Amino acid sequence: MSTPARHRAPDDEPSADAGPMVRAENVHKAFGHVKVLRGIDVTVPRGNVCVVLGPSGSGKSTFLRCINHLEKIDAGRIWVDGKLVGYQQKGDKLHELHDKAVAAQRREIGMVFQRFNLFPHMCALENVMEAPTLVKGQSKAQARRRGIELLDRVGLAEKAGNYPSQLSGGQQQRVAIARALAMDPKLMLFDEPTSALDPELVGDVLDAMKDLARSGMTMVVVTHEIGFAREVGDQLIFMDEGVVVESGAPREVLANPQHPRTRDFLSKVL
Amino acid sequence: MTIPDTSATPVPRDAEPIKAIPVRHPGRWVAVAVIAVLVAMFVHLLLTNDAFHWEFMFRNMFTPPVLRGVAGTVVITILSMIIGVLLGIVVAVARLSNNPILRGVAWAYTWFFRAVPRYVLLIVMGNLGILWSRLEVGVPFDTYLGRLFGVEDAQWRLFGLDTRDLLSGFTVGVLGLALSEAAYMAEIVRAGMLSVDPGQDEAATALGMSRGQALRRVVLPQAMRVIIPPTGNESIAMLKDTSLLIAVPVTDELFFQLSAIGNRYFLIFPMLVAAMLWYLFLVSILLVGQYFLEKRFSRGYGRADKAKMKLEGLAAEHGANPELP
Repeated sequence: MSTPARHRAPDDEPSADAGPMVRAENVHKAFGHVKVLRGIDVTVPRGNVCVVLGPSGSGKSTFLRCINHLEKIDAGRIWVDGKLVGYQQKGDKLHELHDKAVAAQRREIGMVFQRFNLFPHMCALENVMEAPTLVKGQSKAQARRRGIELLDRVGLAEKAGNYPSQLSGGQQQRVAIARALAMDPKLMLFDEPTSALDPELVGDVLDAMKDLARSGMTMVVVTHEIGFAREVGDQLIFMDEGVVVESGAPREVLANPQHPRTRDFLSKVL
Repeated sequence: MTIPDTSATPVPRDAEPIKAIPVRHPGRWVAVAVIAVLVAMFVHLLLTNDAFHWEFMFRNMFTPPVLRGVAGTVVITILSMIIGVLLGIVVAVARLSNNPILRGVAWAYTWFFRAVPRYVLLIVMGNLGILWSRLEVGVPFDTYLGRLFGVEDAQWRLFGLDTRDLLSGFTVGVLGLALSEAAYMAEIVRAGMLSVDPGQDEAATALGMSRGQALRRVVLPQAMRVIIPPTGNESIAMLKDTSLLIAVPVTDELFFQLSAIGNRYFLIFPMLVAAMLWYLFLVSILLVGQYFLEKRFSRGYGRADKAKMKLEGLAAEHGANPELP
């Protein structure tokens, strides 16, 4: 990554190196008649941690899933690292990308799910090794070395041989973070990573995420952890009913919310 | 009773183990007695009726033609199951694909082969030679197309084979059973794939795996846990259904050989018992195989002790110590 951590890149027209890591423009998404996203504009500069807050059903998770094209957007554009997600612009026509090209884009975007989604038939180390060997063609020895290194980074080196069913929720989520990092992503997406955890296990996962943020990783985090948002976030987005209601520096928004819906939400969770 | 001192760490105390008189189950003893009497009656039945001709049966159930029949039954079972399972996976994947044409073809396949009884299917396939004495590959409707363009009796064929050469009884038997089996296996595999949490496919996709990679490495291995028990059932059913092969006809098969002996000596019943004993024995072997397969594919669902072995295995595989703390 060329830009140092915490450096805010100018909000220019997206281009490969200097522009923001994520740029969403007027993104719309509906499931049947339910309009989940109704015009989202978000820009996440390189190295930034963007925290997305909002009540359930506000479209936060859907927006996150649009960023790596797990959901197809109905209108608008999303660029990651200057490249249009899921489509290709040729002249004035937009072409859908082939599955292979979409898969190639996803390799650079790590994702951590609320329910971990570790592969239950593989031990922790195999979970981390799987994608690099299968998708990137890394040698097993190389992937194994890197896998153990990553498990060590999230504090789980001694659990490398355990199957997911033998790990606590917090440990599983940290393995999931290591698994995503094994692909050397430019961007990490977190979809309520601590919502399915027992309260005493949340801290370890948040620590792993803070460590990642300090290393300069660009992150988009959907969460309800206000403390994390205040401490680690560079920008905060508050979403409600498919639109961004308020955004800004986390401390300011949290201390002094401008919009009544933000105030209402924060009064309930704080 | 004193109020515990909350500042001190609590100390575990000893306790008297419970000594209680266990609940009596008189009903079980009654059941044992009843069953014992019934078993004795059954054994009496077997040993005192000369019509069983035990000696004749044991003499004839291991003769070379019978053993050839056993081998035939086993080989046909294995081959049809292998083809059936592989084709079944293909049909199941097609059934769940995004491509509407594939989905339709897969549905039609399962519809047809589940609707036609195996016995009828085997007879039909055994008699295909009546329909076409030669099977040839070429342009469809060639003679008719030729006539359209003014060519008389056009024969645009690439190659051809005599039906009797291509479809020996053995081939027809294996093919018929496998095609029918694939339809059932497709439904079993489909159920297995649907039982896997969609989050698994999503996680694999998010890591940049292609659909095929996610299917092969993530979805199918997990579906196996659901697929194997009914597949065990299918293998057992297949072993028994080889006795339908007389419809083709295939004669190198267990049941045909045993009943042939029975018919020859006019001692039909002893050889029927022999057939039952043989099928019991062969199915028992299948059950052992199923046990080990189920164990293999329940990886990650069991308890802790296997985990360490797995890690040691991984380390040994690469000839290095993982240097874990």
